[in-house]
Amino acid sequence: MIQLKVNGVERVFSGDSEMPVLWYLRDTLGLTGTKFGCGEALCGCCTVHIDGEAVRSCIVSVGDAAGKKITTIEGIAGNGLHPVQKAWMDHDVPQCGYCQAGQIMQAISLLKHKPKPSDQDIDDEMSGNICRCGTYQQIRAAIKAASAGEPS
Amino acid sequence: MSRIRRGRDLSRIQNVSRRGFLKDALSGSAFILAATVAPEVARANSSDTTPADRAILHPSVFVGIEKDGTVYIIAHRSEMGNGSRTALPRVLADELDADWKFVKVVQAIGDARYGGQDTDASHSISGFFGIMRETGASARHMLIRAAATQWSVPVAECETELNVVVHIPTGRKLSYGDLALAASSLPVPSKEEIQLKPRAKWRYIGKDASLYDLEDICKGKAIYGMDARIDGMIYASIEHPPVLGGKVKSCQDSDALRVPGVQQTVLIEPFTPPHGYQPLGGVAVIADNTWAAFQGRKKLRIVWDDGPNAAYNSDAFRTELQETARRPCKVVRNQGNVDAEFDKAGKTFEAEYFVPHLAHAPMEPPAALAEFKDGKVAAWVPTQDPQSVQDIIAKTVGIRKEDVTCHVTLLGSGFGRKSFGDFAAEAALLSKRLEKPVKVVWKREDDIKFDYYLPAASMYLKASLDAKGKPSAWLQRSVFPTINSTFDSAALFASWELNNNWIEVPFDIPNFRVENGPARAHVRLGWLRSVASAYHTFAVQSFVDELAHSSGRDSVEFLLDLFGPPRIIPLDIPGYTSEPGYPLDIGRMRRVVELAAEKAGWGKRKLGKGRGLGIAAHRYSHTYVASVVEVEVTKKCDLRIPRIDTAVDAGTVVNPAYVRAQFKGAAVFGTSIARSGQITATNGVINQGNFDDYPVARIDEAPYETNVHIVESDAPPGGVGESGVSVIPPALCNAIFAATGKRIRDLPLSNHRLS
Repeated sequence: MIQLKVNGVERVFSGDSEMPVLWYLRDTLGLTGTKFGCGEALCGCCTVHIDGEAVRSCIVSVGDAAGKKITTIEGIAGNGLHPVQKAWMDHDVPQCGYCQAGQIMQAISLLKHKPKPSDQDIDDEMSGNICRCGTYQQIRAAIKAASAGEPS
Repeated sequence: MSRIRRGRDLSRIQNVSRRGFLKDALSGSAFILAATVAPEVARANSSDTTPADRAILHPSVFVGIEKDGTVYIIAHRSEMGNGSRTALPRVLADELDADWKFVKVVQAIGDARYGGQDTDASHSISGFFGIMRETGASARHMLIRAAATQWSVPVAECETELNVVVHIPTGRKLSYGDLALAASSLPVPSKEEIQLKPRAKWRYIGKDASLYDLEDICKGKAIYGMDARIDGMIYASIEHPPVLGGKVKSCQDSDALRVPGVQQTVLIEPFTPPHGYQPLGGVAVIADNTWAAFQGRKKLRIVWDDGPNAAYNSDAFRTELQETARRPCKVVRNQGNVDAEFDKAGKTFEAEYFVPHLAHAPMEPPAALAEFKDGKVAAWVPTQDPQSVQDIIAKTVGIRKEDVTCHVTLLGSGFGRKSFGDFAAEAALLSKRLEKPVKVVWKREDDIKFDYYLPAASMYLKASLDAKGKPSAWLQRSVFPTINSTFDSAALFASWELNNNWIEVPFDIPNFRVENGPARAHVRLGWLRSVASAYHTFAVQSFVDELAHSSGRDSVEFLLDLFGPPRIIPLDIPGYTSEPGYPLDIGRMRRVVELAAEKAGWGKRKLGKGRGLGIAAHRYSHTYVASVVEVEVTKKCDLRIPRIDTAVDAGTVVNPAYVRAQFKGAAVFGTSIARSGQITATNGVINQGNFDDYPVARIDEAPYETNVHIVESDAPPGGVGESGVSVIPPALCNAIFAATGKRIRDLPLSNHRLS
């Protein structure tokens, strides 16, 4: 029995402790906002926060997350909008949108560590997140806007 | 089967509009519709009619208005980041004068009553702009007439504002919701009766808009194929034959069955050639969850019979393509006398170019959910082409097409891969066998190793220059396996692919010959964003730059000289499918070249050491595009792309913000092709499998800034999804030459050292 907290809700998991958090979230809990992209921590689509840190949920097992707090895109701002989500909307970042939950979760983590990130900081922190539609320019603009706390 | 895709699709759309599709679609009021069209639909999908179908006023399959004023607009094209799910409904809403706040966009299932739904070839807007306008105008016409009748006033005294009809002399208003019932009993107007808005009155067309699904996407609520769930579903992951056409010789699954959560394995028979959209075959592992199915696959012990494609090695194949391209091939366009001019000319130039097979790598790997029940299938698929999904599922499980309901989810991008419904057919087949809903999930490795690849292509070009340094004769030869091989195993020569920036290259050169050579396919082939233009434009626009440098001329000036004076080029070239209404206009071509150069500061800006600019231009999907790429090659030979300026003339633009986004994205996609795009094979097995060995551009490798400059135009709309991609690799390589003196003739750059 593994106990963990997902988006503030206490959960008990009795399945294979080797199962990556990604599939526990998606298949067991139905939290499909966290996406599967590569399964090898190469693309960042599956990024969630564990105890506040951005991790690739496709390579972290449920066993390793035991006792920890997992936050997904669905839980980052309750029913409202996190300032980074709002910046994403204000800058019309998404195209297909599939990678954007991961991008947003990574950007929130970046801004927590570097409230005023430089271009280099953004490259360093965001280069693990692939956007095949190529929305990087808009991502950079949204991060900068969120960092500046621009109203819109 | 004739699969001249682009030609086929375009002719179908022309026919649709020529035959008065609107009139067919608007064949009656809601009540008449119920008597004529609905039963036909009901046969296939009795419980799947849309809210638009059920709305009180329903003059067309594309729109319905409810009593509460809600306007349901059907998105019948697939949304994969292309923006059509927002753009087309806004076109309809504009002519209807619908309040966007009251619009609910409803995704269509696959259904022939919507006309073509294959969301490829960048033609969602160009193919349906007129139909959406006429549909909106028809509904508006009916609402106005209903109001005029109610007020007993002349129709001419009535106008519309957002979701209301206004009686101008008195200022009285009636809302669309209040008028819907009365309007529904009126006849649907003929095309001649309706009046389209003048451009000056457009309220949505030409105005920036956010995606309809923007908030859902940002909150993680948007549903893609990978996210589809229904009660009782089980999960499947499939071990495909490593070599195309291979078969399972034997399979030991005892270890796989011991994996917790694995339920069973299922053998899937190999396809019957040609492979088309059929499942590849292999062994499916069925499990309680996706992870268990993945784990089970690792424990399978399968012995494969690889078949003849095990002899396929991409290095040897490349050599074969190149050698074919060095010899005379089939002439597909011949103007003047190229050989005589070459003999006469003092100096000729020649060069060879190569682009390898490319994979789509959509962010969402293929995934589909299907339920076979009572002889019918319901499927939830991230597909670009739901009607062909109906076809292949019907064929695979042995039922009628009408008994397949294909629900279209959002697509986590597609780029052409999701035109092919093989993965949906796998889900349906397994559901039939297992008598449960089955979700098939492809791993990234499955996606990369079993894609419908863009063909690898070898191009040979030769030109002579006259005394002024302008080409007097030009020969271009391309050799690549044709995508038609997917539907016809015997196909060796290209057909419609030659319409992608090859046969119609509009240069002002008196002697011009185009040739195409044969090549056999050894992998599944398919269209990828920009299709054959990805290699054709690379070769042509690189060669133009080489010739400019050879003759000591400025690349932009040389390119403009090649295009020649502003004029309309009659595209009466045998083998070229020209679409009426879209003449090749050299004036528009020149304009984008000049604009991109001007905005980039071509010849005016001082660039630092290791920096250079390169240009490339073409027309693709009726859109004129020129890009100037700026590169910086560092001392360590790292490549940076500080800036791209892209000028676009896409004719009438529906959503400028989204057009800019498409071209920014296309610049990144083109950068991925140029930097690192390459699929190779050893003994028939694809060597790449994930983003480590099939890298795509990341934020630090992508262009830092792409400025998109849209030319104002009232020409018919062109396509914007693909046209920005294939100018990037040549412009980038031309910039690298300007920066370093190193000429790149074969992609990707990762095979070269930039010094």
